[in-house]
Formats: sequence, structure tokens, C-alpha cells
Amino acid sequence: MRLELRNVFVKDVQWGEKTEISGGVLRINREETIAAVSNDQRFVEINLDLAKPGESARIIPVKDVIEPRCKVEGPGDVFPGFIGDPCTVGEGATLVLKGCAVVTCGPIVAFQEGLIDMSGPGSRYNPFSETNNVVLTVVPQEDIEKHAYEEALRIAGLRLAWYLADKCRDAEPDEKKVYEKGSIPEENAKYPELPKIAYFCMSIAQGLLHDTFLYGTDLKHVVPTVIHPNEKMDGAMVSGNCVSACDKNTTYHHLNDPVIMELYSRHGKDLNFLGVIPAPEDTRLSGKERSTSFCANLAKMLGADGVVISEEGYGNPDTDLCMNAKKCEDLGIKTVVISDEAAGTDGKSQGLADATPEMTAFVSTGNVNEMVELPAMKKVIGYPEAISNLSGGAEESLRPDGSLFVELQAIIGSTNELGFSRIGARWI
Amino acid sequence: MALKVVCYINQFFAGLGGEDMAHTGPCIERKAVGPAMQIDNLLGGDGWVAGTVICGDSYYGEHIEEAREKCLEYIRDMSPDLFFAGPAFNAGRYGVACGDIAAAVAQKLGIPCVTGMYSENPGVELYRSKTFIVKTVDSARGMKQALEKMVELGKKLVSNEPLRPADEEGYFHRGIRKNYFHERNGAQRAVDMLLRKISKEDYRTEYEMPVFKRIKPAEPVKDLSKATVALVTSGGIVPRGNPDRIRVSSAETYGKYNISGIEDLTPEIFESVHGGYDRVWANEDPDVVLPVDVLREMEREGVFGKLYDYVFTTTGTGTAVANAERFGREIGEQLKKDGVDAVILTST
Repeated sequence: MRLELRNVFVKDVQWGEKTEISGGVLRINREETIAAVSNDQRFVEINLDLAKPGESARIIPVKDVIEPRCKVEGPGDVFPGFIGDPCTVGEGATLVLKGCAVVTCGPIVAFQEGLIDMSGPGSRYNPFSETNNVVLTVVPQEDIEKHAYEEALRIAGLRLAWYLADKCRDAEPDEKKVYEKGSIPEENAKYPELPKIAYFCMSIAQGLLHDTFLYGTDLKHVVPTVIHPNEKMDGAMVSGNCVSACDKNTTYHHLNDPVIMELYSRHGKDLNFLGVIPAPEDTRLSGKERSTSFCANLAKMLGADGVVISEEGYGNPDTDLCMNAKKCEDLGIKTVVISDEAAGTDGKSQGLADATPEMTAFVSTGNVNEMVELPAMKKVIGYPEAISNLSGGAEESLRPDGSLFVELQAIIGSTNELGFSRIGARWI
Repeated sequence: MALKVVCYINQFFAGLGGEDMAHTGPCIERKAVGPAMQIDNLLGGDGWVAGTVICGDSYYGEHIEEAREKCLEYIRDMSPDLFFAGPAFNAGRYGVACGDIAAAVAQKLGIPCVTGMYSENPGVELYRSKTFIVKTVDSARGMKQALEKMVELGKKLVSNEPLRPADEEGYFHRGIRKNYFHERNGAQRAVDMLLRKISKEDYRTEYEMPVFKRIKPAEPVKDLSKATVALVTSGGIVPRGNPDRIRVSSAETYGKYNISGIEDLTPEIFESVHGGYDRVWANEDPDVVLPVDVLREMEREGVFGKLYDYVFTTTGTGTAVANAERFGREIGEQLKKDGVDAVILTST
């Protein structure tokens, strides 16, 4: 499978007459763009805002972040099952508006959305302070059910991301990157000496607005399966998650999965990258047993020597993490896990809800409970009062002057467990 | 401003003698003595050693309260900016004395305190959470390096300069996790660590697995029909309006609410404030998380004796284990005191 990512760099985003990119400036016709995503009777009103790097702006509460992409060559289209048909993607060429992100915003589930600060101390904790953001907020119908609201906003976000990329499909890419990897037997024949590595992408699949989608289907109804890494780059995995903001994998994270990037960059050099196993995290113990047994068995059948296991969320998913690590190690497959910690605001508590002695290689992506001071921003996009309801926030978090004193977990992507950022908790 | 420094050393390093003088009680010299002279030199223009408190190791160990009080008194009188003890290397009694006095000075006087020990010194595990203990070799041949590290760390602490992690600063960590930015992202570090693990090269995990306490379950209830049963939940069901302001996640408190006379938790009187699950249905009927309605029925049917008059509730999401443990202990004590025989814990 060969995929070319054609990156068009977005250095600025502005409102304009016509939606197009030129000279690194993405111009957006606001009315046309709103019309393009408003084909949903569940919305009463749709708003678009812009937030740029360095601006004194806070976006809150953020539901999902999506990188604008569309397919320009090859079968299907991005976000299969939502935008494209649910048939295999990852082949051909995909246009990417690099440096731009669609941010969906709305108080769907009080508590479980996060914030993005475009400047100030909060900006260093999330990658979306560096992207030119097109923020989508909607006013849903009054009596809308939460799950319908989530679904409508999720689909509108994906549609907007595709729409913006599609309007720029003729743009000359600034950069082309090719991701190519053959079938497993082909790669094994090429690199017989290299350690064979699989990747378990653990994903929250718990229902009740804690969902991840694979080719448009709800992952909680799927047993672990194997996909080619290229498929993720075309949006095979989509977030439908309204869970604590710091460590949920947004769709942007799935598209730019850093584990895939790292394994790909070392493929054929010091490792042989077998493939990606999307691994649902169930709420029930029986579901956890099933999912982790399938994962370990798949790794064994693929002949893996080692597995990278990334977690999503904290608390009960720590059990899935332990079970995946233990079951692989019991089969002689080496593991490394990527996870954050909930070590308390003072950092003195043990950081996991479950542990197992087999988890000997642990990459920490930070203590979610550490407090951060966020000064007031000139512009607030969304619903500032939502902070008192965010995980990691408390009513006293929002001060009269607009500044915030919150746990790191209120900042979206701050402790992302795909290992997207450089943060990590260490002993002092 | 030059720093005023006070040091603590034992009878041996003060030149009073070895084991034969270990019973010497605390005394003070208003100058630098023994290793404190080297500390004075290392401070250069940044400070000076105003006094050295000396105590025999056996005395300190055998009269720990009095020794601590007396030494504290000497130290307080001199109102230092910075305090050093030892280094104790692998000397056990000396290590305990250094750790104890450094911890006490840090706590009572609120000034930076630094001592130094070898990893196997029992003073390390006893006092590492309460004072900075620089890592040293096991004997006084490492005196120079130990003092250099202690002075460097001490100066840094006084200046309020942000510290790097414990392993980089060279002290035994105090059991606190703090966020730092690494050079490389988590995924890059993970792949590296995995390849090293596979090829059996050295690698260092970023978090050693915590060891969980295993609590033995209580004996089964002998006669349920006479038992008082309580409901305790981490599902965040509280009286409407959340009167105790229990946090939606990372809770640091729990609530105790009277349910006597309540047959059914209706949305008019109770709600969920849990920040970790979709509360749509729990808010329509809080009994789905905290089943008062069903237990009332069973109470009437005589399945068990009585439903306890109170429920305890907190939000179990992102909650620090240390807090959860405290909640459990306190709630357990109250239930025990009130003669509760069995508890149904509901989680989400």
C-alpha cells in the first residue's frame, strides 16, 4: 500500500470571497462554508470563528479537532464510513491542509470537553495552539438528545474538514511525503533480521458518549483487527469521545498518529513495522478479557517480537493496558506502554488505577492532576462558563478576571497517550 | 546577600572520637567544624558557615526526641538561610540523625535542608520524602564530591531556581511526580525503549509499577435478615445542587447524605455530578447508580434487616489513589462505628 500525503502549508486563515488557498493563506467564504455543513435538521444555528497561533484567545469547550484532508487520487475518500464510502483507504494521494485544524466546540456533556489557549502558558501544553483553527460551534434544537447532538457535531466537523481541503484540492503541495509498506510476508522477506513490531492503538469504546469509530462503525462492536498504518492517515479512525480532554485521542491525533510516524520512520532500518491493531477498551471485565486476548493473539499470529501499546483515557482503561501488556509478555512478546498518570495535585499519589509487574517499560505522558495557571484571554470562543464543569476544573476555577486555575487535564491533548507531545512526569 | 549556613555533623567528623564518644549529647560550635569547613570553602563569596551542631550518633538514636529538640533550639537561635547535615555515606545511625534533623529543620524553620547518603543507608527510605538527600558513595572517600553536590543543590534551593528532576539533580526523589518537557515526544521514546528491551540493552522505565495494597474481603454476613446494609458509591450521586461541592473529577472530598424516609431517588432531589460518564440516564433516575429504590423493596421484603440511614458518595474519576484510600478508611470507620454489617459499593 502506497500513500502520498500532499501537504499544503497553511500559514494564515482569513475570511474571504472565495474558499481557497494561495500563498499560504487559507481564505474562507463564511456563508458558503456554513451552508456546506448545515445540512442537518438537528442544528438551529451554526457559527464559524477563527483562532490563530499567538492570539489572545481561548476556545472552550472543545469536543474534537480534525485536520482538513481530502483524497485527490486513489480509491475512496477520507473518513470512510462518514465522508467516503466504508471501503479500504490508504492508497493513492491525499491532500492535507497542514497547519490548519477544524475545532468543534459545544457543551454536549458538561464536564468532558477541554480548552485550547492560543497563547500564554496554556499554549505550550497543546498542539492546537500552533494550528490556524476554524472553530465550529452550533446551537442544537432545544430538545435534542445528547447522543444525537454528539453525532451531529461529529459529522459536521468531519464534513467541514473535508470541505475545506476539497476547496483547495488543486493547490500545489509544499511538501510530498510517501508512506509505503507491502504485505507482511513481503516486508518480512525484505527485512528478515529486523525485530517485528506491532502497534495496539487502544481506544475508548464504552458507549455513553465514549466512543471511537473505525470505518464509520462503532468500535465497541468490533473485536481487535489489523489495519495498515496508511488507513489511519486517511481517517479510518474517528473520535466520538466526550471524555476527559487531556488524554482523549482527537481525530487529528489519529490522523497524525506519532507512534505510526515513528515506526514508519524506522521501518526497514532498525525494525519491521507489522501493522496497527485498533483495540477497543470495553467497560466490562469480560469485554476487557476478550479485547486483550484478541490483541495478544493477533500479535502472536503476526509473529511480533514487540508491541507498542498506547492507552486512551485513565482509570478503568489502566486495566486494559495491564492486561494487554501481561498477555503479550506471557507469550514472550516484549511490550512498551504509553500512558499518563493521575498522581494527584501534589504529585504524591500512585498514578495508575491498576498495575502489573509485567509493565516494565512505561513511557509517561504526564500527571493529569498537576495544576496550571492560565491567564485571561481577550477573546473567548465558545462558552467560558463551561470551565466549572470541565474535568479538572471546579467552580472556583474561573476567577472574576477571566483567569483559570485548573488541572492540566482540562487542556485538550495535553497528556495525549499516543505520545504526541514531549511532556512526561518525572520524580522530584 | 551572603547566605548564613548552619551544619550538623556527628562526633566522629567533629574530631571528638569514634564509638567511644558516640554518647556525646548535642552541642554547638559557632564556627565551621570538620566537613563544615569544606562547605564554608565551597560557598565562596555566596555564604559562610555560622555554626556547626554536633551530636553523638548513639545519643541521637537513643534520645531522638530530646536530641532533635536541642539541636533545633541551637539552629533556630542562629536563624540560618540554609542547613546542611552530614553527609552520612553508609553510616546507618548517622544517616538517621542527619535525615531526622534535616526533616525537622525543613518542617519547623521552613528553610532549605540538604543532607547526603549512600543508597543503602536506612536514613534514605525514612527521610527522603521530607528532605533533600544527595546521592553519595558508601564511604568518606567521596566527601569532596558529596559536599560539592550538597552545596550546589542548597544554593539552588535558596535561589528558588526551578529544579530539574531528581535523577538529574543527583538526589533521592521525594516521591513526587512533576511534569517536564522531554527532548523527544512520547512515541519516539516508546519505540526506543521497546527496541532496547527486545535487544536486551539497558533501558529505563519512566514509571516504576506501584504496588497496590490488597485488602482482604470481610467475612460473609452470617444472617442477612438481621443485617444493616449501607450504600456507598463512587458514581457521584448527590442531593440536587451538590451542597458539599464535591468535584466532578479528581475528588478530594466525599459527602454523607441522609436517606431515611426516602423511598426512591428522583431527579427532583438527587443528581449525578460525575465527570467521567454520560449522566443522561443517571440524571433521569439516580437509582440506576445508587439503587435506593430496590434496596427499600428488599428491606420491606425482609431480605436484609435495615438500610443504613446515610449514603456516602464521591466521584471516582481521576481521583488520586491516596485520596481514595483516605475516603475508604474514614467511611469504613464511620460504618463500623454505626454497626453496619455489610456495604454495597456501586461504581461507574
